[in-house]
Amino acid sequence: MNELAITVIGRDRPGIVADVAEVLARLGANLTDSTMTRLRGHFAMTLICVGPSAAEVEAALATLTADGQLLATVREVTPDGETAPAGEPYVMAVHGADRMGIVAAMTRVLTEAGGNVTDLSTRLVGSLYVVVAEVELPPGAAEPLAVRLTEAAANLGVDVTLRPAEPDLL
Amino acid sequence: MAAEAYAGLGAWTPEALGAGAVLPVVSAPHTVLSRAGAEVDPTDEETVRLAADLIATMRVSPGCVGLAAPQVGVGAHVFAVNVTGHPKAVTVHGTFALCNARVVEATRWKAGREGCMSVPDLTGDVKRASRLVVEGALPGSGELVRLVTDGFEARALQHEIDHCAGLLFLDRVAGAHAIYQRKVYL
Repeated sequence: MNELAITVIGRDRPGIVADVAEVLARLGANLTDSTMTRLRGHFAMTLICVGPSAAEVEAALATLTADGQLLATVREVTPDGETAPAGEPYVMAVHGADRMGIVAAMTRVLTEAGGNVTDLSTRLVGSLYVVVAEVELPPGAAEPLAVRLTEAAANLGVDVTLRPAEPDLL
Repeated sequence: MAAEAYAGLGAWTPEALGAGAVLPVVSAPHTVLSRAGAEVDPTDEETVRLAADLIATMRVSPGCVGLAAPQVGVGAHVFAVNVTGHPKAVTVHGTFALCNARVVEATRWKAGREGCMSVPDLTGDVKRASRLVVEGALPGSGELVRLVTDGFEARALQHEIDHCAGLLFLDRVAGAHAIYQRKVYL
């Protein structure tokens, strides 16, 4: 069984998900994990699916990308992509006036503290830039990290908060 | 039934149900979790035993603050709750079980991240009322009770009442990016 990493991006229009998913379903490609969202008017999909070969999927998606409106990439990945949980889940929120290097600087601080970013999104609206990241932290790392994040944020002229994202078991 | 017929838990204690058995907890996508449970007769011996079993199973499950009948494979409107000692709990009614419970007032909606014993690998952000009034019947006596609660106990009650209606937290997540791989296991 092949595991494939697929990306599709293009100017947003109704039907992109249905079109791509239909192509994959016809090939017997089982769509496992995926994330899809609209970014500045482009619809972006990142998918992992299991089933056919990369060449088969590439050929089938070519019918959708032929008009140049969608861009698709397909590559085979090793199925053993699971990583062990690195620690405790936290959410870092950053907001402030847009400038170069906010994501780079803030994620570098996270990395240096042994944190692993598992999800991140950014939005720019007007001059306001917002970063929200899910991060796994080693036990005991949160408090000193919060101090370093605050310093890094001050240098960038933005605000940052770090809070635990522990779920309540019900 | 008029509201004045309902009382709080009064002198009711879970010991009134007798000792329960620890039952295995089922996980999604088991069909019992997706079906609305049947209303029960709270005075029926079987209901009393089920309530005792839910409390016994909840007690041995680390971190578990509530358990509904569908989670032990029984499609019935019975659940147990105990949020004692939880840091987010404000009002606490101790350990209790309710039959045929329903929400009669829900206000002050707040988002929170929930996990569920029956969905062990995922968590999700769910908006729940943080002020809640619930009515239901006590197993055994069948006495009708009206519980006024808030905060974490309110969230737990809504989660369990949802289970009895065949709903998981997955049915109520705030959006497409509000489901997360669960990373910490108790």
